[in-house]
Amino acid sequence: MSALVVENLEKTYASGVHALHGISFVVKEGDFFALLGPNGAGKSTTIGIITSLVNKTGGKVRVFGHDLDTDLRNVKKQIGLVPQEFNFNIFETVMQVVVNQAGYYGVPTKIAKERAEWYLKKLGLWDKRNTPTRMLSGGMKRRLMIVRALLHEPRLLILDEPTAGVDIELRRSMWDFLREMNQQGTTIILTTHYLEEAEYLCRNIAIIDHGELIKNTNMRSLLDSLHTETFVLYLQEPLLDMPVLEDFTAHLIDHKTLSVDLSVGQQLNHLFELLSRQGVQVVRMRNKANRLEELFLRLTTKENHHAG
Amino acid sequence: MLDRVNYVAFITILNKEITRFLRIWPQTLLPPVISMTLYFLIFGKLIGSQISDMSGFSYMQYIAPGLVMMSVVTNAYSNVASSFFGTKFQRNIDEMLIAPVSNLVILVGFVMGGILRGLMIGLLVILIALFFTKLHVYNLFIILSVALLSSLLFSLAGFTNGLMANKFDDVMIIPTFVITPLTYLGGVFYSIHLLSPFWQELSKLNPVLYMVNAFRYGILGLSDVNIMVAMVMIIVFIVALFILNLALMQRGYGLRS
Ligand SMILES: Nc1ncnc2c1ncn2[C@@H]1O[C@H](COP(=O)(O)OP(=O)(O)OP(=O)(O)O)[C@@H](O)[C@H]1O
Ligand SMILES: [Mg+2]
Repeated sequence: MSALVVENLEKTYASGVHALHGISFVVKEGDFFALLGPNGAGKSTTIGIITSLVNKTGGKVRVFGHDLDTDLRNVKKQIGLVPQEFNFNIFETVMQVVVNQAGYYGVPTKIAKERAEWYLKKLGLWDKRNTPTRMLSGGMKRRLMIVRALLHEPRLLILDEPTAGVDIELRRSMWDFLREMNQQGTTIILTTHYLEEAEYLCRNIAIIDHGELIKNTNMRSLLDSLHTETFVLYLQEPLLDMPVLEDFTAHLIDHKTLSVDLSVGQQLNHLFELLSRQGVQVVRMRNKANRLEELFLRLTTKENHHAG
Repeated sequence: MLDRVNYVAFITILNKEITRFLRIWPQTLLPPVISMTLYFLIFGKLIGSQISDMSGFSYMQYIAPGLVMMSVVTNAYSNVASSFFGTKFQRNIDEMLIAPVSNLVILVGFVMGGILRGLMIGLLVILIALFFTKLHVYNLFIILSVALLSSLLFSLAGFTNGLMANKFDDVMIIPTFVITPLTYLGGVFYSIHLLSPFWQELSKLNPVLYMVNAFRYGILGLSDVNIMVAMVMIIVFIVALFILNLALMQRGYGLRS
């Protein structure tokens, strides 16, 4: 069964902004799915429609077979949402926030408290259970939003930039947690601007830009479709002239830094041979960007003519 | 309608509302206590002693039911208006909107919070009044039902205000320019028979007049208006506002973009 089916989703806001131009994609049950796109692409709008916070102007949404238009209640029961912006009551304590949210889903207080204890401990917030949410740090608030989304045990967890502004160590521990949730059967949809996060966690991916779906595939084949990769080489001595590098496309970033594009079929060995033949010594090397980042930039900047 | 999910959700919203007005008691419970004490002291005791009896009751006794009613309705109103608007403003309302809780339960939950605050204040003001004067119980059923219906009506009105408000000013404007004048002109401090016929008729368009008089009737057995008419008017307003609120919510007015 599909966890989520989105068909021809359209949204024009009252302000006249045409945010979605007929987006369609499917998320299979058990998937870990990335919804990517630059700022303003329409990710949060899409999530808003699925969670009934935004009224769509066209299209269909089905969640585990339940239609958003005819069976909203059952749609809602399946979903847990971690929104992009903090939206809890700043005067309530951590425990009150999560227990209230569970209450709106019909989870009685006693059970909610038991589950809250488990998740708050798991995400390192148990010590803060009686702290008003306005006194939490940004990273704590992010984790609180995750706990809040889980107490009714949703089958589909939707996270809109869950790790924005979270430090690396904490981000990794959140990744581990989400992976574990996914392994235990929760379908997860995630948006993020940290592409290594999507690459690390997600099996399938949709990229939207200017309200249109420009890519929907699995992560592996997407990464395999990357035909060129750019490497940055740091040189021992400053270069006066550009070395002759045959088929490689290269340019100097500065006198001691060289950027080289490597296409499928070209070999690093060959590049280094050419360089050492001309007496150029390379001390260090790195990928210019994370592979997904590079792909993403190519896909979304190519599509920029859709602007407006 | 009230299945298990909605039942738990209702209790949760109600509990949240009660916790809220108890937590901020210096803003919610204390001000009416102070202002009503001053009213009793200044109007009732100092000025009232210079005023002759009103249909056989001292002026203090005459204004006491009106002051109770005034506190009940203004507190019920502002509780729901500011709580609901605050919830909306912080986008905190999304917690409810994404959950399988019905609009009816959200509406009734907030309104119930307003009723409880209104009645609690009403009780406090009655206690204060008892320091200054004796109050009768002419008709307990009327007292209870008028208090309940009036706080319900003003809670519903506060909900409409909160739902339609876009900024904090919007939840201040209506109380200042509508609710306060209506209560002051609603016959709390005087009998409308003291007014010229034109102003008497105009006063009869004021819903607060019916509540104040019905409540005064329950306590003193004294009213400027027909009690049945008063009750029917209150109920008509309640039904109208209830339907309006539910219809606005169903459309997602002020809630969904
Ligand atoms: N409530 C709203 N009213 C009017 N326009 C809106 C509203 N919310 C979003 N938009 C517009 O819709 C478009 C898509 O916005 P959306 O928030 O879905 O983007 P996003 O992909 O989530 O971006 P980001 O990565 O910055 O969060 C933008 O042009 C935005 O200005
Ligand atoms: Mg967004």
